[in-house]
Amino acid sequence: MSQVNVKTKSRLSSRIQDIKPSGIRRFFDLASSMDNIISLGVGEPDFTTPWNIREASISSMERGFTAYSANAGVLELRQEITKYMYQRFDVDYDPETEVLVTVGASEAIDIGCRAILDPGDEVIIVEPGFVSYSPLVSMAGGVPVSVGTKIEDDFKVSAEQIRAAITEKTKALMISFPNNPTGAVMLKEDLQEIAALAEEHDLIVFSDEIYAELSYDNKHFSFAALEGMKERTILISGFSKAFAMTGWRLGFVMAPPDLLAAMLKLHQYSLMCAPTMAQYGALEALKSGMDDVERMMQSYKQRRGFFVESFAEMGLACHMPGGAFYAFPSIKATGLTSEEFAEKLLYEERVAVVPGNIFGVGGEGHIRCSYATSMENLQEATKRMNRFVSKYL
Amino acid sequence: MTEKELEILRIIEEDARIDFNTLAKMTNISEEEIEAILKKLEKKKVILNYSAVIDWSKVPQAEQVTAMIDVKVTPKRGVGFDEVAERIYRFSEVQALYLMSGAYDLQVVIEGKTMQEIARFVSEKLSSIDSVISTTTHFQLKKYKHDGIIFEEGEEDRRIVVTP
Ligand SMILES: Cc1ncc(COP(=O)(O)O)c(C=O)c1O
Repeated sequence: MSQVNVKTKSRLSSRIQDIKPSGIRRFFDLASSMDNIISLGVGEPDFTTPWNIREASISSMERGFTAYSANAGVLELRQEITKYMYQRFDVDYDPETEVLVTVGASEAIDIGCRAILDPGDEVIIVEPGFVSYSPLVSMAGGVPVSVGTKIEDDFKVSAEQIRAAITEKTKALMISFPNNPTGAVMLKEDLQEIAALAEEHDLIVFSDEIYAELSYDNKHFSFAALEGMKERTILISGFSKAFAMTGWRLGFVMAPPDLLAAMLKLHQYSLMCAPTMAQYGALEALKSGMDDVERMMQSYKQRRGFFVESFAEMGLACHMPGGAFYAFPSIKATGLTSEEFAEKLLYEERVAVVPGNIFGVGGEGHIRCSYATSMENLQEATKRMNRFVSKYL
Repeated sequence: MTEKELEILRIIEEDARIDFNTLAKMTNISEEEIEAILKKLEKKKVILNYSAVIDWSKVPQAEQVTAMIDVKVTPKRGVGFDEVAERIYRFSEVQALYLMSGAYDLQVVIEGKTMQEIARFVSEKLSSIDSVISTTTHFQLKKYKHDGIIFEEGEEDRRIVVTP
């Protein structure tokens, strides 16, 4: 009898087994098995971190800042973060009790979920969305509930759509604008009706605003800046996108003191603190990096203009993404599924894109193309895609 | 200067060969308007030239020496430094000429085939100008960065091909 037990008992938790293998990973393996590809599959800036930031981090090491920092992060950095967020996005947080420096926005999403979810609690996730949300909700014992957005709505989500997904188990809502992969943005008036709904149903709202600085047509509006929303918002951001610091693994989360204390509890046990040398780089980024942010933003904006227009020439519908650095055209006209399209495009024209279905409900029939690559690459890639698409139209 | 003009200037400063069609898409300004803007900026001498940045050290036939020469001069009543500056910048060897604050007055950047050629220019042409009091010549040994462009840029795309 004990033998039977040994055989059927898995070494792995059922939670981890229930998580689907990453679709991004599969495409990564495919694409990296081939030479000479142009990749529009990269979800990070094509800029190297500005030199003054790198230099500040090197200097911090030279001066011996190599020990743990405070669990919540270097205080001076937390102060700069609150100042920056206040000046840029009109949100007012206390550096001592309402900010935590994390190992990327990724960690913030993780500990945010673990801090608030009991088994069975539902989290409504607006999709297409970042690939980590649903698995991290599941790993925290929660139940992800998808709400899909559509190209006809410019990939915005309405309060009505969210309301339809609310049950008595709904604990939280996960939104992210500007959005990866759609590039969608939500303006103040779009967010207001969602705030009212969150109030009505007492929801905690995760607002992942990591692409806030990469807003091209309107200044970004933070969900936490809406009247009364700070109390129920877990505001997530970081340095990866705006400052081209993906490899540094540095982000931050801002929340009311009770939520922040809970996240800090998790953070101190599993991470201790974010890398100290990265924190000194980030400090410099906030003190002197805004000109670089502006320069990079302008450059993405120009590439967006070039790239998005080229889809119309190909005959593919594409909405104008208001932020981030992704175009999310519809490929339905070709009759191919997202995966077929991406795979054939890779094999036949050596252009890597990411199939939209990977990003959840609403993603099928689209592909994510990152324009965070050189104009040269974009020009060549659009030429190849044009040739490819014309075979199917 | 309008925002549009500024944006176009910034783009063509990086890549003067960009075609109008691409430029139009990047800026959301029509090709006709771009052409008009460029014409206007050329006429106003905001845009002076569309030139290439070349690393001549990679061209064996075109070996050349660059020197920066600090020049002290006595300014002339009425015309200040402008007259002597003009006498100097008219020489075709002179690549650049700046009026400087500090220990000397004019900085001359000059290119020649050999050090001797430059030495001859300094002693025969430059020093012999009446108002020139003294010159100090510095030869460039290596170009690391010029006009904002790093010459031996080792930074290739180090990102992995597909990321979330
Ligand atoms: C929407 C979104 N949130 C979070 C992240 C993770 O960012 P970080 O590098 O700060 O962990 C990404 C990265 O692709 C993202 O697109």
